[in-house]
Amino acid sequence: MAQHQITLTINGTERSLALDDPRVTLLDALRQHLDMTGTKKGCDHGQCGACTVMANGRRINSCLSLAVMHDGDTITTVEGLGEPENLSPLQAAFLHHDGFQCGYCTPGQLVSATAMIEEIKQNWPSVVSGDLEKVSLSDDEIRERMSGNLCRCAAYANIVDAIREAAKAEGVA
Amino acid sequence: MRDFVYDRADSADAAQTAAKEGARAIAGGTNLLDLMKHEVETPDRLIDVNRTGLDQIEEADGGLRIGALVRNADLAAEERVRRDWPLLSRAILAGASPQIRNRATTAGNLMQRTRCAYFYDLGSACNKRSPGSGCDALNGVNRMHAILGTSEHCIATYPGDMAVALVALDAEVEIAGANGKRTVPIAEFHRLPGDRPDRDNVLEDGEIILGVTLPKPTGGAQVYRKVRDRRSYAFALVSAAVDVTVEDGKITRAALTLGSVAAKPWRSNEADKVLVGSEPSRKAFENAADRLLQGAQGHGENDYKIGLARRTLVAALAEATGIDIAGDAA
Ligand SMILES: Cc1cc2nc3c(=O)[nH]c(=O)nc-3n(C[C@H](O)[C@H](O)[C@H](O)COP(=O)(O)OP(=O)(O)OC[C@H]3O[C@@H](n4cnc5c(N)ncnc54)[C@H](O)[C@@H]3O)c2cc1C
Ligand code: SF4
Ligand code: FES
Ligand code: FES
Repeated sequence: MAQHQITLTINGTERSLALDDPRVTLLDALRQHLDMTGTKKGCDHGQCGACTVMANGRRINSCLSLAVMHDGDTITTVEGLGEPENLSPLQAAFLHHDGFQCGYCTPGQLVSATAMIEEIKQNWPSVVSGDLEKVSLSDDEIRERMSGNLCRCAAYANIVDAIREAAKAEGVA
Repeated sequence: MRDFVYDRADSADAAQTAAKEGARAIAGGTNLLDLMKHEVETPDRLIDVNRTGLDQIEEADGGLRIGALVRNADLAAEERVRRDWPLLSRAILAGASPQIRNRATTAGNLMQRTRCAYFYDLGSACNKRSPGSGCDALNGVNRMHAILGTSEHCIATYPGDMAVALVALDAEVEIAGANGKRTVPIAEFHRLPGDRPDRDNVLEDGEIILGVTLPKPTGGAQVYRKVRDRRSYAFALVSAAVDVTVEDGKITRAALTLGSVAAKPWRSNEADKVLVGSEPSRKAFENAADRLLQGAQGHGENDYKIGLARRTLVAALAEATGIDIAGDAA
């Protein structure tokens, strides 16, 4: 009998999950139990960002969180950002700027950057912010704020271009 | 990962009761789960403390009381912290990644374990992981290791950033145990290895951290300077936290702390005092750095840290006091 009954609201849909084993990470719950394979597993140790999802609106590494710890939470994955026929502005910008090569890190980059733009709107500082109390968007800020997402293909320059364009289109400067 | 029993606590009391019964707290999970995947940590029971309500930041005697579950990202972005304790914001923001800081908690950050590679590798001798087995870092790859307060049993560092700032800011840790609450100055929270490197800090079995308190702001100039192998998302080789007050051209108060040079953030009253009464100058900063680094000892690959720590501290002091040290004698 399943010991852990949990409910997650994923991309707007409520999903119930019965887990026999508390060891299942949020990442494995998504990929193995719910067949949502958009979120990728890179390192499984919090070092690469491929597994980035939003939990209650905040970007986190889903590989370093247990699914049982998220009972009742709202989760956004890359599948929730846009559709092939209806891309989010950031997804479109990644296409326009070639913000990837193999594409493996891309779901994590997209979720992370989507949340990053919100963090800047909320005036969250970063370590490169000259003034901690007034934050603005520069390429240095984008690079620092995206440092939790590694890209083995090193598409970094184009990723920064794509994020800058999408952020500016949203009025974030 | 080894199997475990998972329970969730809905109050600090429930968490403490579970801890007393042998359960291990899990907060953000960003360090504990990593170590459990490596089977370096193998708790039988986890108590999830995320819903204990210990996630508030409150005013307290002109300072702040920061709940154990306050996320690193929230603490760094908190208005009062940015304004009155920018050192704390900057130290937190210099650590890990945005994703990790969104999960990582105040208590979990203090409790994070060393990044010594042998500690992570079950095939290596490591007294911290497996007491009595030896220490492969002593004559091994020890580039990241400690230069102060080491013992023949362990030369690991405490790797975190936030605690380095907290030591410079004279914070205290609030702890709950079977016999009630106690408060420990943060400078006395982490332990030097001695012959018990398995014990990172003074938290006893069955105790949990309730929060951290900050005394009222000093009004000094605060700088956190972190040196690392890459510009972001890397642990410190060395870091320096300084909080200095200059009045009428003289230093009237100084708090200097070095990170990643020992098993605890490294501060000494003597080094702080070296600066008090003197004019800010390169010479004065070097004297203070030499005092703080007194007794520093490399182990081969980490010999460079002694000079690096000295220069990092001098540079942080120069930045805090607005002194131009370029070109002066070394
Ligand atoms: C890739 C990577 C890079 C990183 N880089 C940095 C860096 O540059 N600088 C830095 O400072 N840190 C860095 N970190 C470490 C990070 O800061 C810690 O993992 C984090 O702060 C731990 O907090 P947590 O809440 O997730 O703790 P958890 O993983 O939940 O717990 C850690 C420990 O704290 C104990 N604990 C938690 N809450 C309590 C409580 N209330 N009472 C008693 N014990 C408790 C747990 O039992 C466990 O032993 C990095 C981590 C990763 C994965
Ligand atoms: S330095 Fe400490 S943690 Fe590293 S191998 Fe030696 S005993 Fe273990
Ligand atoms: S898979 Fe989670 S950070 Fe790499
Ligand atoms: S596109 Fe290949 S890893 Fe980033």
